[in-house]
Amino acid sequence: MIEAINVSKSFNNHEVLKNISVKFEKGKTNLIIGQSGSGKTVLMKCLVGLFPIDKGSINFDGRSFSTISYEEKKKVRQEIGMLFQGGALFDSMNVEENVVFPLSMFTEMSNNEKIERANFCLKRVNLENVNKLFPSELSGGMKKRVAIARAISANPKYLFCDEPNSGLDPATSIVIDNLISEITQEYQITTVINTHDMNSVIEIGDKIAFIYKGNLWWEGDKNSILHTDNKEINDFVYATELTRRLKGK
Amino acid sequence: MKILSEVGRYLVLMKQVFRKPEKQSIYRKQLWLEMDNLGLDSLGIVAIISIFMGAVVTIQMAFNVDSPLIPLYTIGFATRKSVILEFSPTIVSLILAGKVGSRIASEIGTMRVTEQIDALEIMGINPAAFLILPKIIASIIIYPFLILVSMFLAISGGWLAGSLTGLVATNDYVYGLQYQFKMFDITYALIKTVVFAFLTASVSGYYGYYTSGGALEVGRSSTKAVVNSSIMIILFNLILTQLLLA
Repeated sequence: MIEAINVSKSFNNHEVLKNISVKFEKGKTNLIIGQSGSGKTVLMKCLVGLFPIDKGSINFDGRSFSTISYEEKKKVRQEIGMLFQGGALFDSMNVEENVVFPLSMFTEMSNNEKIERANFCLKRVNLENVNKLFPSELSGGMKKRVAIARAISANPKYLFCDEPNSGLDPATSIVIDNLISEITQEYQITTVINTHDMNSVIEIGDKIAFIYKGNLWWEGDKNSILHTDNKEINDFVYATELTRRLKGK
Repeated sequence: MKILSEVGRYLVLMKQVFRKPEKQSIYRKQLWLEMDNLGLDSLGIVAIISIFMGAVVTIQMAFNVDSPLIPLYTIGFATRKSVILEFSPTIVSLILAGKVGSRIASEIGTMRVTEQIDALEIMGINPAAFLILPKIIASIIIYPFLILVSMFLAISGGWLAGSLTGLVATNDYVYGLQYQFKMFDITYALIKTVVFAFLTASVSGYYGYYTSGGALEVGRSSTKAVVNSSIMIILFNLILTQLLLA
């Protein structure tokens, strides 16, 4: 479980996160949702330690991530997998080298074992025979899947996904969403997804935290979000003509 | 104040760069890769520039030494001195600051803006050390080799130009090259080269690492890296010359 307790973060005296306390549970896909500029990306970056927090604490299964030393933080990070918005695959490495990289860095596995593991992870994300391709030769959806394969190659306890569907068509988005959800349940990972895609919310939102103007405004799941009276939530959920029509039906 | 802040940030980055590597075998692999990328890839341009500059230095010397009182071997002697003391270590390092410096800054800067550095950090890897340390060590190893090649080619270029144009006979040129030869000149040139290699790789790495924004900023970082590496080379050239030769 990942826990943020009274987390605040400011940039140039502008408070972006205001005293946020939220828990992300193991084996569930936990979604952070909110409008652009609401602070959800900053919250995710604070959770993984890319931004230092001003106040509060962040715990990974009881280990205080915000107060431990740099070396201890590196050890916790070895248990984290992250899927970035653009994939963040290493351009100079091919698909196989990208997936194998965390294993080469932190395990004593032999080359054959690493390649076997890479092939397993790539197969798990429905990618085969792409091992020798470079990121520039992949489509957007393939890049995301390779990034997921890389993120899970070292058996992470925690998986963070920053807008996994951005730039993808609806059909590919659902494939990616379901893949993340399946992996989360299969390996009992604590998954945190940052998104503003309502399809993802309805498909895989086991737990949802709605961030509004830097505050944790609402918590619930994919069922309760459709029936809440909260005005800001409804403005967000029913922002499009399509969702308004579906609500009318 | 801004300069002090930049120097402080550079020193903090260097502290991070020289932390213990997570896995030495991976860093060694990176080192070989960087030696190829930064060093061997530069061999062509170093060779072309060295041959032509050596030729030009010799021809200019020959035209300036037109008094019958000055022996012709002075041309070889002056060419050797210019090439070993200044042209190869400093001018070639300045050219490499342009080629290697922009490459380092744009490579690391692009990794920064495409979140590849964040990805390394989240994996529990020290990105500053992983990206910059192999480049610094590779430069320190490969630059002296490039400079020795440059010295050889520049002197050969001078000999070719002198003999083909008939300005200086081979015997005189070779005698001039050997005349009052001091091994310390080479040592001095190599000491300067190692310092310039460190400055180019580390300063360019610094500007690449702290790139923020997009493609435009990567270009800006690359330009800053080249300009500031060149300024540092010129500054340290003066300091080292004063320290080692005065």
